[in-house]
Amino acid sequence: MKVVETMVQIPLDLEKIRLDFPILHTTVNGKPLVYFDNGATTQKPLAVTRAIETYYNTYNSNVHRGVHTLSQKATIAYEESRTTVAGFINAKPEELIFTKGTTDAINLLAYTFGKQFIKEGDEIIISAMEHHSNIVPWQLCCEDRKAVLKVVPINDKGELEMGEYEKMLSDKTKLVAITYVSNTLGTVNPVKDIIALAHARNIPVMLDAAQAVQHIAIDVKELDVDFMAFSGHKLYGPTGIGALYGKESWLEQLPPYQGGGDMIKTVSFDKTVYADPPLRFEAGTPNIAGAIGMAAGVKYLIGIGLDKIATTERVLTEYALEQLSSIDGLRLIGTAEHRGPTFSFIIGNSHPTDVGELLDMQGIAVRTGHHCTQPLMDLFCIPGTARASLSFYNTPEEIDRLVDGIHKAMKLLKK
Amino acid sequence: MTIKESQDRIIEDFAAFEEWTDKYEYIIQSGEDLPPMDPQYKTDDNLIRGCQSRVWLHADFKDGLLHFTADSDAQITKGLVSLVTTVLSGQSPADIADAELFFIDAIGLRSHLSPTRANGLLAMLKQIKMYALGYKVQQAQKN
Repeated sequence: MKVVETMVQIPLDLEKIRLDFPILHTTVNGKPLVYFDNGATTQKPLAVTRAIETYYNTYNSNVHRGVHTLSQKATIAYEESRTTVAGFINAKPEELIFTKGTTDAINLLAYTFGKQFIKEGDEIIISAMEHHSNIVPWQLCCEDRKAVLKVVPINDKGELEMGEYEKMLSDKTKLVAITYVSNTLGTVNPVKDIIALAHARNIPVMLDAAQAVQHIAIDVKELDVDFMAFSGHKLYGPTGIGALYGKESWLEQLPPYQGGGDMIKTVSFDKTVYADPPLRFEAGTPNIAGAIGMAAGVKYLIGIGLDKIATTERVLTEYALEQLSSIDGLRLIGTAEHRGPTFSFIIGNSHPTDVGELLDMQGIAVRTGHHCTQPLMDLFCIPGTARASLSFYNTPEEIDRLVDGIHKAMKLLKK
Repeated sequence: MTIKESQDRIIEDFAAFEEWTDKYEYIIQSGEDLPPMDPQYKTDDNLIRGCQSRVWLHADFKDGLLHFTADSDAQITKGLVSLVTTVLSGQSPADIADAELFFIDAIGLRSHLSPTRANGLLAMLKQIKMYALGYKVQQAQKN
């Protein structure tokens, strides 16, 4: 497939869209930037940075407690942001807790769910492809509750062994916490089946959607998922904000995570009555600017069209796969049938940091290392990978530059 | 050659390069020229753990001079490790302890010394300084 043939299939005017992202027009080491580290964080459109600027410059105020005009304006904007982000995944605003990010969301759930529902000998199921942030909170939870963490294995292509998963589910299982899309392998997991199998035994499921919400239109009602965690900054919004979605019936049963202002109804030294969800889980002054920025990012994506984004990324994925596979000596780590635009690779016996540095010299930003998935690296017996993760604002020409860049790096490294 | 002179020589070599690729070719080649490390020294004790790449370092003290052998699993790091050992091997502990390593910055690879890079080179330099200081103190006590 040629660049031109690929471009024809892309339903978005990429040149126009790229104007929304000033950073994409900068240079790195004297070369025009090719930003392929979207899995770590996406760049921010002007719609997001402007929303944050407008908030701070024209109605900055604390929320939920003021009668003055600015405070009311800020409160409305904060709560409207919740409605926007909740609507994005077809949830009710009451079901969406603002957090610092995905990690914070999973820790919140691990602590509160663990405290309320996990007892000695119970089991929690995760998978072999989880990010550390969907491993360690559950390890802490299991340690605290004397519960057992079970890990669903994966095959050589980086796909979940669904048969093993099914066998793992038992009366002892209290929660399944699995990633929707692997941050390292790009694998898109069969979440509908995962949820259906768990629900057949009345086991709730939490999805780590940090690498999914920016690529796949998610309807939590249709999925019937019980909890879902995701970040703002991987969704074209700012850092320091994210969300935990939880079904109302579940959130009502969970105890508070942290104590403080905003999460209470009444406080006395004898008894404090906690607020209803979601405020019960949002102690202290929230990240108001973050929520507003996150909502602005979501609105921006809706404006472009989630279906067009998905089509563009599918075309880019196919083109990247074809081009990367044509490189002799390049090994893709993660070759799942259903995948997103994330490509982990190693070149011969080269160290990923060498490849990353030589690509950086050519203005190409990729991530190198274990990608916070050390157990996964151990499974593949590699120290790490170089990872190119794409967004809809990337172009086929940029993929060509990556391929050229890899060839140049291979020549220098004599591979 | 003094530590300063060998550093000046490396900087001079780099000054001739016009393309960034020439610079990296030189560094990678330096790594390949590094004498293989005796497997008996490639132990966990001699392993300096960087965040991503690993560096092994062994120090020998002979006739009042320190000699270093080293290795890395990353080619660019190995090249820099090779340049560092070329500059510092065969010098006295006192000279090594007092030496200012300015050449890495001068050849435009300062980012390799950034703590966030964590590629083992910075940790290796610290370890070399520790060895040098240790032997310097030991010698001072003997005298």
